[in-house]
Amino acid sequence: MSTITTPGGFAGRPASPWFARLAQFGATGWIGIAVIAFWALAAIVGPALLSRTGAAGGGAVFAPISADHWLGTDYLGRDMLARVIEGARYTVGVAFVATLLASGIGTLLALLAAATGRWIDAALSRGLDTLTAIPSKMFALLMVAGFGSSVPMLIATAAVIYVPGAYRMARALAVNINALDYVTVARTRGERTGYVMLREILPNIAGPMLADLGLRFVYVVLLLASLSFLGLGVQPPAADWGSLVRENIGALADAGSSVIVPSLAIASLTIAVNLVIDNLPGHSARERGVR
Amino acid sequence: MGSHVTVDKLTVSAGGATLVDALSFTIRPGEVLALIGESGSGKTTTALALMGYARRGCRISGGSVRIGDIDVLGLGARQLRALRGSTVTYIAQSAAASFDPSRTILDQVVEPACLHGTMRRAEAELKAIALFRELALPEPESIGQRYPHQVSGGQLQRLMAAMALITDPEVVILDEPTTALDVTTQVEVLRAFRRVVRERQVTAVYVSHDLAVVAQMADHILVLRDGRMREVGATERLLAAPQNEYTKSLLAAACPAPRASVAGSGDAEVLLRVQGLSAGYGPRGRDGRPAVMVLQDIDLELRRGQAIGVIGESGSGKTTLARAVAGLLAPSAGTLAFHGRPLQPALAQRTREDLRRIQIVFQSADTSLNPSHTIERILARPLQFYKRLHGDALRRRIAELLDLVKLPRTLADRLPGGLSGGQKQRVNLARALAAEPDLILCDEVTSALDTVVGAAVLDLIAELRRELGVSYLFISHDLHTVRSVCDEIVVMRHGRKLAQVARADYQRGPHHPYYEQLARAVPELRRGWLDEQDRARPALAA
Repeated sequence: MSTITTPGGFAGRPASPWFARLAQFGATGWIGIAVIAFWALAAIVGPALLSRTGAAGGGAVFAPISADHWLGTDYLGRDMLARVIEGARYTVGVAFVATLLASGIGTLLALLAAATGRWIDAALSRGLDTLTAIPSKMFALLMVAGFGSSVPMLIATAAVIYVPGAYRMARALAVNINALDYVTVARTRGERTGYVMLREILPNIAGPMLADLGLRFVYVVLLLASLSFLGLGVQPPAADWGSLVRENIGALADAGSSVIVPSLAIASLTIAVNLVIDNLPGHSARERGVR
Repeated sequence: MGSHVTVDKLTVSAGGATLVDALSFTIRPGEVLALIGESGSGKTTTALALMGYARRGCRISGGSVRIGDIDVLGLGARQLRALRGSTVTYIAQSAAASFDPSRTILDQVVEPACLHGTMRRAEAELKAIALFRELALPEPESIGQRYPHQVSGGQLQRLMAAMALITDPEVVILDEPTTALDVTTQVEVLRAFRRVVRERQVTAVYVSHDLAVVAQMADHILVLRDGRMREVGATERLLAAPQNEYTKSLLAAACPAPRASVAGSGDAEVLLRVQGLSAGYGPRGRDGRPAVMVLQDIDLELRRGQAIGVIGESGSGKTTLARAVAGLLAPSAGTLAFHGRPLQPALAQRTREDLRRIQIVFQSADTSLNPSHTIERILARPLQFYKRLHGDALRRRIAELLDLVKLPRTLADRLPGGLSGGQKQRVNLARALAAEPDLILCDEVTSALDTVVGAAVLDLIAELRRELGVSYLFISHDLHTVRSVCDEIVVMRHGRKLAQVARADYQRGPHHPYYEQLARAVPELRRGWLDEQDRARPALAA
């Protein structure tokens, strides 16, 4: 139906360049991009622009927003603005890398399972089911207890926890695509498994998998925040946004800015990621037959 | 007795596009009007507008529809609900998709009557059983207790007709009710429909793209194209003396002329030899036989340049035969020989050269082109893969292929979603031709296409055969199609080859009874064909 409801004819238009594709982004997509860009910049250059570091304490504890402390102070009298901007490095960096790893590995394994079938599929599926059966917080606790808490460790833990989910999603999509005629044609042509996986199947599950990536990013941020809240995540004095919430939980009773600001930061980032992914041009463009 | 239907300047639009453009017609009480046209011509949209309904995104933007004394387009939502299912009823193309699989059939058939309060449930059930009997359904007393998956497609279609007729409607809309059925089933369903429509004197609108079917059902035919009326007239007149060019092309496509064969293919070398082929699905037992046998003991010889047609009902194993030849399904017994050399049973064991020489073209152009690859990329892959072409040579060859299948070169940058069904099927053929194969397996390549578009694709297939000398194994359930392009016809049923008929003997009998039955089941493009069949039937049964 979309071809009929679209005003004007797109049929005659040749393939459009990449900026034309970006122009299809809705307003909400641009808002999402702006928020992500803001936090990415904050993570990269933010600390250098600050006049004081988050380590400098000694002021009033849980001070409200003021000209001196734009976002108030925390439970040790440290500047909240500096703390949040330094925390962006951990949250954005660790969560982003972990999500990419989880979705990437999950998708690749799923493509392998769908394209080869039988034994590899069964082995992978049962193996990853076993991983799903372990509660994620327990698993993180085990990993931290065994290997100590460090940034690479956290990335690995979060990635391993979210691989099975991404795998299940991608496999369900890939198995459907695998049954379609164009994949059969590729097979009768004599194509190798790698080509079938990456060229025939992957482009057609990329859209839903990106949506899944956005959702998973949210989960990973929340997992890291909750690990930090339990004291298993990033270790003090460094702090990600989750740790900031935990540290300043004492200010909750007074609705202090030191606990609200990091919570808002987590919310803004997760919403922004999903806004961008919802606006990615994918299926609708394909149905019109234009790139 | 049905009502008078008057449609005046009906216009349906979607966004900026006009789907139905100022259409006017009338149907006298008790008559059947056929709306005919290709997909996208607005025939279903028109039929739905008779119930005051427009699909999502569409809007009835002008004109009037009157059924008897009722001005349908002037009714409010509540009055429309009262109208639909009681005064006007609808029989959809796919009964399987229209029944709720979790409720019994009787429950759903009596629903319109109960919903509109025209009769009590017990009465409605009695009436439903009477209708089942009238529609020649088996076990009319108990068939209603079954669930939709427990009856066949043709029976389900008739059960849907019972649902539509239970409220004694004045107008019935039949939207391609037999398109999804096999030829042999189609005749049964048509027969049942025609009888109930005639006996009840109900006014009916029959939507179809098949002129031969319509000729049996309709009193008048209205030809639609791009939402405009091309021609309207009594069935005999329209079939005998069409005035509009488009009607003429429809008529020409409906009775396909045999395409010229390649002379001398009879004594050419044997290209493909199939001996004692058996195949099936499911786990293999101790004797090496699969759990479900689909093909049994098939022998076939295909000479270079020859086209062999394989026909049979769905489930007869024709597609499985193509899959076995293509190497997608390893046979459980028998051998395949290609060019006099044995052909390995499984895909992985075949050489790239063997794979190149046999190409397969599937029925559904929608699922056989990767929606995220451009046409150029789709055609480039076999050229790179088999011929290692690149750069200018590759681009030149792609342009040649597009010329060969008569597509404009500008299409190369597009994605499959931007092509029409016929264009997609041509790309599909071009991809197979890119490999320069000796044999192309065509699996129902025209079944999903409109008559006119399908005829053009058949012309192309015949022409390619003359020019390039490729051989075809042409699988179809449509005897007309197979007759028009093939030198020989193989008839299959229940996984066995029943008969093989050469082109010269198509008209000469006697043939295998099943072939005769299939041949008789294809509706002919003249009025009264179904009546003749009915008269011939008692003799056949005896």
